[in-house]
Amino acid sequence: MTTESTTEMPSGGYGAAIWRIIKSFGLLRESWVGMTGAFLVLFWVLIAIFAPLIAQFDPNANILPFAKPGTLAPSGHTFWLGTDHMGRDLLSRIVWGARTVLIFAPLATLSAYTVGILMGLLAGYRGGLVDDILSRISDIILSFPVLVLYIIVIATIGASGLNIVIAITFASSPGIMRIVRGLVLDLRNRDYVAAAQTRGESDWRIMLFEILPNARGPLIVDACLRLGYVIITIGVLGFLGLGLPPPDPDWGGMVNETRQMAMVFPYMTLFPCIAISSLILGFNLLADGLREISLRD
Amino acid sequence: MNDIQEPVLICKDLCISYYTRAGEIPAVVDFSLTVKPGETIGIVGESGCGKSTVAMAIMQYMGANGGIKSGSITFKGRDLTTLNENELRSIRGSEISMIYQEPFASLNPSLKISTQLMEVPLAHENISKEEARKRSVQMLTDVKLPDAERVMESYPHQLSGGQQQRAVIAMGLLSKPSLLLLDEPTTALDVTVEAGIVKLIGDISKKFGTSQIYISHNLGLILETCDRVFVMYSGEVVEEGTINSLFHWPKHPYTHGLFSCIPLPTTDKNAAPLKPIRGQLPLPFERPSGCYFGPRCDHFKKGLCNKDHFKMEYVEDGASDHRVRCLRYKDIDHTKGLSDETTRESLEIGKQVLNVDGMKKYYEVKDSSFMAMITGKSARFVKANEELNFTAHESETVAIVGESGCGKSTFAKVLMGLETGTDGEIRHNGKDISGIEVRDRSTKEIRSLQMVFQNPFDTLNPSHTIGGQISRVIRQFGIETDKTKIFNRVMTLLDIVKLPRDFYFRKPRQLSGGQKQRIGIARAFAGNPSIVIADEPVSALDVSVAAAVTELLMDIQRKHKTTLLFISHDLSVVRYLSDRIVVMYLGHILERGTTEEIFAPPYHPYTEALLSAVPIADPEITKRRIVLEGDLPSAMNPPKGCPFCTRCHRRIGDICDNELPKEQLVKDRHVIKCHIPIEELSKIEPVIKMPKAADRIHVKQKNI
Repeated sequence: MTTESTTEMPSGGYGAAIWRIIKSFGLLRESWVGMTGAFLVLFWVLIAIFAPLIAQFDPNANILPFAKPGTLAPSGHTFWLGTDHMGRDLLSRIVWGARTVLIFAPLATLSAYTVGILMGLLAGYRGGLVDDILSRISDIILSFPVLVLYIIVIATIGASGLNIVIAITFASSPGIMRIVRGLVLDLRNRDYVAAAQTRGESDWRIMLFEILPNARGPLIVDACLRLGYVIITIGVLGFLGLGLPPPDPDWGGMVNETRQMAMVFPYMTLFPCIAISSLILGFNLLADGLREISLRD
Repeated sequence: MNDIQEPVLICKDLCISYYTRAGEIPAVVDFSLTVKPGETIGIVGESGCGKSTVAMAIMQYMGANGGIKSGSITFKGRDLTTLNENELRSIRGSEISMIYQEPFASLNPSLKISTQLMEVPLAHENISKEEARKRSVQMLTDVKLPDAERVMESYPHQLSGGQQQRAVIAMGLLSKPSLLLLDEPTTALDVTVEAGIVKLIGDISKKFGTSQIYISHNLGLILETCDRVFVMYSGEVVEEGTINSLFHWPKHPYTHGLFSCIPLPTTDKNAAPLKPIRGQLPLPFERPSGCYFGPRCDHFKKGLCNKDHFKMEYVEDGASDHRVRCLRYKDIDHTKGLSDETTRESLEIGKQVLNVDGMKKYYEVKDSSFMAMITGKSARFVKANEELNFTAHESETVAIVGESGCGKSTFAKVLMGLETGTDGEIRHNGKDISGIEVRDRSTKEIRSLQMVFQNPFDTLNPSHTIGGQISRVIRQFGIETDKTKIFNRVMTLLDIVKLPRDFYFRKPRQLSGGQKQRIGIARAFAGNPSIVIADEPVSALDVSVAAAVTELLMDIQRKHKTTLLFISHDLSVVRYLSDRIVVMYLGHILERGTTEEIFAPPYHPYTEALLSAVPIADPEITKRRIVLEGDLPSAMNPPKGCPFCTRCHRRIGDICDNELPKEQLVKDRHVIKCHIPIEELSKIEPVIKMPKAADRIHVKQKNI
């Protein structure tokens, strides 16, 4: 019955693991919704990466105020999307703004997830007093309107890229903790967890290696959705003047600066808005696609 | 019964397929069946053989991707396959009813039983609410539910599993159907409860004249309920016949294989080892040409069996309606296998390794209601284990038997260190471990006490490879530290549990249930444990797979001289593999002794009832039928006296209600906890009687 050993030892597991993840994204091809989302996201990622090549102008340089889309610049290049009231090229600002969003949004999401997952694992697995304390803290945070939370946090620690990350982590990790805690409550009663306990594994090993990998499905989908929300949040913070300090390009900030002129120069507000919504739409569709695939198998 | 009557249901040459992304999957091929009025048909087979698909096809409830490819289903002269949705609705639930495996999933948890029952006649007949109610109450009484009025006003969660299933059966019978489909109706229930339901099902056809189709994987249950039986394998019927002829003279090698996979309560592991069917059920799109059973058959003949697919034929010199799908059934001499049986020597029992002495485990339940604060009773206790005493020796198999909620799993948890005992001692090699949690035990202690878990789909972590999971155990136990050595050790373990070595790279979802359970065994034995607890390791597996896994477990145990604590509710498996048995009920040990002592009088009345409830797949074995009344009491509020007094059929009086019986020593290590004196218990007749070997029909004569 046994085939005599031709089985060889496995070599370097990480390359194979990464390849598997890429392959599982290959399943997205089966979902039109997911493919559209992935395409939109990829589009913006490429723009952010190649920003210096795409942008013809310095995003902060005041060149020609109130130029209409298509106007020729003194340097011979074209303002494809026009310029704003301070004479800055809109296209260059949107392109560089993509970089800002695509750096801070994933960073903030990742940080919120790290905190949320650790809290959720502890609360769900340990239970008892630990669970009570963590859950009550999260209840308190969740009882504030999110916007108020952002304003309080940013107003206290000042507006900067890092502080945006901190504010978002603070406001959204309780929600993530709730999800993780729910998943852990179910998973911790599985026999393989009991098997790990009976061979004397440490609590952290059980939480991170036995439980967390099996919660990944719902968490990946939620992360995609949440990434969309975080982009909205960064936009809103920019709009409220709590985002990146000017003059750095920030989509939300661009909308805020030009909104009073929107009746006369609608394109100034319209283009950054399109940028924000297309990226969010991309992430939401991607999440839908992933959920569709995960339900199918 | 009466041949003149027209059959209720005729399935003719039925082929059913599912259509998936992978293509067409033929689930059932060439299925023919005739059900006469009042007849009970049994369909038996392992999971994936298509028996539930047949039931769904009869209900015309196939789901979006299933379809009947060819053949017809004629119900009372109408072809069901040609009816439209409205016509079907008038038949479903009124003329054909179906009862499913899990009663708690068939009842709507947010509606009262009365609403759910009355709905049936109200939907199909034009009658008043009062009339519907009257009929529902009557039906509940008919299915032997005590206090029908109270049950009517209950929500499903207020009833026990057995009561729920009775309510579901009542619901199925309310519209007086001509045909009742039962899909494993007792699988989710305890044995003593099962015995009651089986008796009820047996009475239905007599009382209501309903025809039934009973689907089960358990040959013993089929024997007790049915008139005729169909054996299915890989989507087709391989043998059919009356209970009498099929159980006495099975013709098909697969039917034979099934019988030799089931431990009978009259055999034991050394005298007659189980003979598992080798190999696995072929996937529907990998079926071999010719006989589907060919690759697993011992009588396979090349050129004959694998040539063309063949039809069912009538057995020559057999009962008139006994049919079989085998070309060689006449050449196969099944009696030969019986004579040259391999026997094993019984193991020598070594020194004592485990001593459980007065172990108790109480769970505290906090009651924070206002009343509790006034009366000062803020904490109540669930007495999961009460005064457990027993011992286990090296190489010995000790079975802990009991129904769900008897505290057997709690004991396992305390032993493993997942919980700590409330009182008493569990001495493992002389050291008390009942109070030490697993995190405070030394690696050596952890290593020598391992566990095989119940649910094969839960025992392995779906995110890691098989190799990774076994390697982790070896590293954790500090058996090897070098990477190559760990790898080699995993390979050896895979060899021991008879799995291919390239399973190292597989993920659990690529394995079948039996294979997963083998990995679970490999993991438990990785550190050469001195005690292994097996918590119902085969109860979720198919019979042929379960037999192989049971054999494997025993082989490894023999080699390693391990003490095996086998937790189970199935007395036939227990009888087969254990040396000693501990019978538990509501946290108490009611009887303990060697296997022979337990299976012969004097019995504890509960042991007697348990023995009587075991379905036995042998028509020549007769047993006394004892059906217990009522359900297991709650562990929160156990009876004051003997824990079994509420259901005992040998109650002797008030002493049972008020006093906890003392342990009575029968002899040596055989102990019974009962008020009835041993002398009287010894006079009880044996529950199971089997004819002497020479008198057995299939030994005396091969054919009629």
